[in-house]
Amino acid sequence: MSSKKELIISKIRDGVVIDHIPAGRALVVLRLLGISGREGFRVALVMNVESRKLGTKDIVKIEGRELTKDELNLVALVAPTATVNIIRDYDVISKFKVVVPEVIEGLIKCKNPRCITNQQREPIRSRFRVVSRDPLKIVCEYCGTIHELNDIEKSLGVS
Amino acid sequence: MGLLGWFNHDVITVLDFNREDFEVLFSEAVNMEKYAKSRLDILNDKVLALAFFEPSTRTRLSFETAMLRLGGRVIGFSGTEATSMAKGENLADTIRMLDSYANAIVIRHSLEGAAKFAAEIAESPVINAGDGSQNHPTQAMLDLYTIWREFNIIDGLSIGILGDLKYARVVNSLVQALSYYKVKLHLISPELLKPRRELLEFMNSRGMVYDWTDDPHNVIGDLDVLYVVRIQRERFPDPIEYERVKGAYRVDLKLLSRAKPNLVILHPLPRVDEVDFTVDNTHYAKYFRQAGLGVPLRMALLKLILKGGD
Repeated sequence: MSSKKELIISKIRDGVVIDHIPAGRALVVLRLLGISGREGFRVALVMNVESRKLGTKDIVKIEGRELTKDELNLVALVAPTATVNIIRDYDVISKFKVVVPEVIEGLIKCKNPRCITNQQREPIRSRFRVVSRDPLKIVCEYCGTIHELNDIEKSLGVS
Repeated sequence: MGLLGWFNHDVITVLDFNREDFEVLFSEAVNMEKYAKSRLDILNDKVLALAFFEPSTRTRLSFETAMLRLGGRVIGFSGTEATSMAKGENLADTIRMLDSYANAIVIRHSLEGAAKFAAEIAESPVINAGDGSQNHPTQAMLDLYTIWREFNIIDGLSIGILGDLKYARVVNSLVQALSYYKVKLHLISPELLKPRRELLEFMNSRGMVYDWTDDPHNVIGDLDVLYVVRIQRERFPDPIEYERVKGAYRVDLKLLSRAKPNLVILHPLPRVDEVDFTVDNTHYAKYFRQAGLGVPLRMALLKLILKGGD
């Protein structure tokens, strides 16, 4: 990281750095991870900074919250180019590119109001199967409705 | 899946099965035609639960008749007024209860995915008798069976599907079932009732041969089967939209004047006004035979699920 960027955000001690997020999508990424900012742990956001790979990109740093690989892979839904760095005691202990999971459970609300998963009084969670990664296309396992990126963003309340 | 694959199996969509499974079902159904007006005591120790949260005449009564003809018993309800659903009980609890009483559950529900959800809860096999606008697999099996009984073959036929291609669940299931065969599909509907994107993408993914027109006159001369569905008034989110398309098409003697001599007209029924009553007396009309075959077809289905093949 260049010294210019360090002026914007300092290194974190323990946590996660999600880099190479397509520019303007950092807020969606946080929403997707269920982070509202009211939880109390430190979060840093950098938006629309220069990137050699992407032209411009966003970066999200989250300190003091453990995120599983499965949780982090969900980031691929809205930021397929993202890379994740797991930080322990200022060192990167692992680094990986996010991959869209095969099945997404509970996170996204089906846009079909007549889908059984939208019944609040039933013990049911939404479940989607990924049928295409680029462009992103997921299908509700219960009602078969196709969802694309903009539907996912709407469901997360960020479009 | 193959032989014996039906035993204890849920029937949620036709895509849970394959062509070989259909052949097993159909040959069993031919055998059951002999007993459709008598009795074959092979399910004496079984109870079938009919959970009809939405109205039905043919599907419910043909399942009930089929179970009784096989020597089994039937419990259940039609409409939720007389059940604890009226007190606010949810679907999951209702299904758990039926699961503990019966050997299999037939469910019809207005919400899409309800049958799949019920199957996840119940240990007994669940048969989808219609969930919202999505699936009606046993109707599609019956439709294929009727076509096969009429022509002795399904491959190579030219099949027109006329009507509400957007909201009719039978269309969804029928097209999915036909994807196992080499047929030519002519889809016919008003512009507003064209198939949903999900169905179009399905047909493309399966490499199905199809076209679309808004006028049955354009394709009537090419058809071996004309499958007609009513406009699904109850599924329109906007009543004004329904007013715009109601009565948009009608199958009558004038249309049929250009039909092939061996054309077969099918309809899952009930009909509203889309097939003129004068058509009933023509040799084309096979929709009452189709409804009648619902009993042996469902006898075969219940036998395969509750007892297995032999």
